[in-house]
Amino acid sequence: MAPKLPPQQPLQTPAEQGNDGAATAGHVNEGYHHGPSGLMRWLLTTNHKEIGTLYLIFSLSMFFIGGIFALVVRAELFQPGLQLVQPEFFNQMTTMHGLIMVFGAVMPGFVGLANWMIPLQVGAPDMALPRLNNFSFWLLPVAFTLLLSTLLMPGGGPNFGWTFYAPLSTTYAPPSTTFFILSLHIAGISSILGAINIIATILNMRAPGMRMMDMPLFVWTWLITAFLLIAVMPVLAGVITMMLMDINFGTSFFNAAGGGDPVMFQHIFWFFGHPEVYIMILPAFGIVSAIIPTFARKRLFGYASMVYATSSIAILSFLVWAHHMFAVGLPLVAELFFMYTTMLIAVPTGVKVFNWIATLFQGSISFETPMLFALAFVVLFTIGGFSGLMLAIAPADFQYHDTYFVVAHFHYVLVPGAVFAIMAAVYYWLPKWTGHYPNERLGRWHFWTSVIGVNLTFFPMHFSGLAGMPRRIPDYALQFADFNMASSIGALLFGTSQLLFVLMIIKCVRGGEKAPAKAWEGAEDLEWTVPSPAPLHTFDTPPQFHHREG
Amino acid sequence: MRNLAGVVAAIGGSVWLTRSALADGWNMPLGVTDVSRDIHGLHMTIFWICVVIGIVVFGVMFYSLFRYRRSKGAKSAHFHENTTVEVVWTAIPLLILVGMALPATATLKEMYDAEDADLDVMVTGQQWRWHYEYLGEDVSFISNMSTPRDQIDGAAAKGENYLLEVDQPLVLPVDRKVRFLLTSDDVVHSWWVPDLAVKQDAIPGFVNENWVRIEEPGTYRGQCTELCGRNHGFMPVVVEAVPPEEFDTWLAERKQAAAREASGVDREWGMDELMTRGQKVYESVCASCHQVDGSGNPPVFPALANNPALMEERDRHIATVINGVSGAPMPAFSSTLSPVEIAAVVTYERNAWGNETGDIVQPSEIQSQLE
Ligand code: HEC
Ligand code: HEM
Ligand SMILES: [Cu+2]
Ligand SMILES: [Cu+2]
Repeated sequence: MAPKLPPQQPLQTPAEQGNDGAATAGHVNEGYHHGPSGLMRWLLTTNHKEIGTLYLIFSLSMFFIGGIFALVVRAELFQPGLQLVQPEFFNQMTTMHGLIMVFGAVMPGFVGLANWMIPLQVGAPDMALPRLNNFSFWLLPVAFTLLLSTLLMPGGGPNFGWTFYAPLSTTYAPPSTTFFILSLHIAGISSILGAINIIATILNMRAPGMRMMDMPLFVWTWLITAFLLIAVMPVLAGVITMMLMDINFGTSFFNAAGGGDPVMFQHIFWFFGHPEVYIMILPAFGIVSAIIPTFARKRLFGYASMVYATSSIAILSFLVWAHHMFAVGLPLVAELFFMYTTMLIAVPTGVKVFNWIATLFQGSISFETPMLFALAFVVLFTIGGFSGLMLAIAPADFQYHDTYFVVAHFHYVLVPGAVFAIMAAVYYWLPKWTGHYPNERLGRWHFWTSVIGVNLTFFPMHFSGLAGMPRRIPDYALQFADFNMASSIGALLFGTSQLLFVLMIIKCVRGGEKAPAKAWEGAEDLEWTVPSPAPLHTFDTPPQFHHREG
Repeated sequence: MRNLAGVVAAIGGSVWLTRSALADGWNMPLGVTDVSRDIHGLHMTIFWICVVIGIVVFGVMFYSLFRYRRSKGAKSAHFHENTTVEVVWTAIPLLILVGMALPATATLKEMYDAEDADLDVMVTGQQWRWHYEYLGEDVSFISNMSTPRDQIDGAAAKGENYLLEVDQPLVLPVDRKVRFLLTSDDVVHSWWVPDLAVKQDAIPGFVNENWVRIEEPGTYRGQCTELCGRNHGFMPVVVEAVPPEEFDTWLAERKQAAAREASGVDREWGMDELMTRGQKVYESVCASCHQVDGSGNPPVFPALANNPALMEERDRHIATVINGVSGAPMPAFSSTLSPVEIAAVVTYERNAWGNETGDIVQPSEIQSQLE
């Protein structure tokens, strides 16, 4: 009989670590005392596994809230004409959907995985700064409650797109915009603190014998992502502070009538925004680089080149921002520069895909659910990469920009990209978290409905975009009707199939086939040396790491 | 046998997909200018490059997935590194991209060469309409979406050009180089006509350039493509390209009409004609924010009906319409509306919806304020 536990609770003993045990890597950490239980346990926990679980639950809830907003959008777009919502509310839905998915679902999802897995993968007892870790998490519910509450304020919530271009987001914005700015500040602080913690953990707390070039790729990609976060979140903070000043203190950073510069807004935003899109995909590369070798039962091909490719992507990501601005009237040299750098970034991205495929080549491949999601990631992310390459061609981008072609592109890289990678990770590591294998049948159903749903939703958007449908419109001309109807049906399918995901998680927490320490035959990293489910405290005595030869 | 069926289905599927992808209404239009055809060419080239890379990459991938199944007893090999291979698959994409960058650079240069235009048109975005001005010709007008509300709400059948029709299209000559100068009075908009391959942001405080030389007469439709607020989806662009002689005649007629309008400033206008004219202006220009019945949309857009404070202050009323409200989304209408139109709309607002102040604002009064 399965024990009745709250979802995702990994362990029955509500033990709480008494001191900053993490700082004592290398020593045996003695004398845990029993901390508070119930709600206070979760509020005060400094344990990386519990905090990881909190992040993941938070991310999943936001995924559903953001998903409901997307379904409102898709329902309105099911047919031409305005049926369900008015344009004011429609704009709030697209904006909130984008903001919630980016800052509330995908980013915290990856941070949750980092919390759980980085200490386990580098052989550390916890994150380097456990109390900071608790604080970083609890900032998030505050930020997003505030953000969601703007929908109820007079004049409504943010309605200027998740890119919030000024002056639509300043002079012309609803009064709630000040709260939007505050909530983004709080979420940004959370990200920066989380990133600092991750860097400190990776650089200082690796098991003896583990060199940088021995680290699993998930750790490597997160290290690089964390540097990106520290570099660009302050830029975001800067730009929203300038907005705050324009709105409330009479400055004119972005107000042309006062001598301000709306184009500068876009430069600053995308200087943050482009690295941001890599923040949402690099950890996914790490996850896929763990799963494919496991189920191909063959070492990852080109480990070193994967590390170099990730680093070059990260560096290049600071040099391409204006590819989002080809139509704002940049000088010719700038257009050329950003076109070339953007085309260049496709090269290391291609290298990654080639390495994954070379890993599959002559492997011994099986198709458990995590592998299915990882393989779908490779194919569909690559399709998103292809449309990205097309968008990089600046002259053609004049036709693609701000149409549904772009919506198709970024959803291919984000949904079957980032989101599938997170799902793959959940299926892959659930045995370690809960001690049970996820239900394969449910997993397969979830996988196939998701794959079909995603493609039915987003593939037709390539066509409607090329045929001329602008994005962010609540109603459209008649020639786009069929594409939109297909997209809306796909969205409903994708959305409902995520209930299977939740069902699978609940079942897996409650019971299921018992998993041994090394849950997957081909798995190699350190996390598979601790028992399943992982006890609350692991690696109190650091393991000796032996790097693999040849 | 099953494999064969799979292969046939896959090929059939891809042929069908590619064919439909190239069909009309599924792909980027070829357009009616040199530039639009060049862009279409680049688009198709990069598309086919992606298709070929995709076939190779996914081919190897699916071959491996099929051939090296554990369930069929595959044993994994041990290799995991090969510098030569890495160099090769870095170099080949690089070369392909260089090959792609060359024609793209050439097209971009052509697009940026707006010199020596035969005609300059100033395009100004406003929430949520376009204002066109033929520079140096004293001709300017506002172009509003003309799709009736009934069609949007589903109370009437949708017309053929639903949401892509306007009251006054931008008329342009074919075979002449037309330069656009784009700006905005409020937020960022973007002026796009797919068949002309012109998409250029209209940004407050900036004047952007683009140009076109249309080769075939016809009606070309597009939309605003930068989110610009509530009615962003209802801000179409319609260009009517006509032969040069026809264009010259049209422009001459518009000039005369403009002159007549200007002379209207000098005479006394009666209440009725101001009200009729004012209602037209109000409904086409102001109602998108202040609503047809003057009820506005508080807290941002104030009501003009039931607004006693405003009715007390006739001068502020006029000044607001002429100068706008800086730091708020109320645009200045001094350059987009004529003195007659401003006088008419203020008169209308002061006497419609139960306001009944009895005030008449004469065009001459506005004219003197503008000077
Ligand atoms: C883009 C939206 C928009 C359009 C179009 C617009 N207005 Fe306004 N209008 C506003 C806003 C917003 C205000 C409030 C400004 C403020 O904060 O004081 C305003 C204020 C006013 C006021 C002052 C109201 C008061 O109580 O102080 C008048 C009069 C006015 N508008 C007239 C017009 C007329 C006439 C037109 C058409 C020619 C027009 N508006 C078109 C947005 C608009
Ligand atoms: C159920 C799955 C999803 C559906 C049906 C969906 C659908 C949509 C739609 C219809 C839009 C508005 C397009 C427009 O008018 O501009 C949109 C925008 C967007 N979506 Fe999604 N989406 C889904 C999942 C996601 C996920 C998982 C992410 C993030 C990883 C995401 C990120 C975005 C972003 C960033 C925007 C742009 C928002 C904006 O325009 O401000 N979406 N989506
Ligand atoms: Cu980018
Ligand atoms: Cu717009």
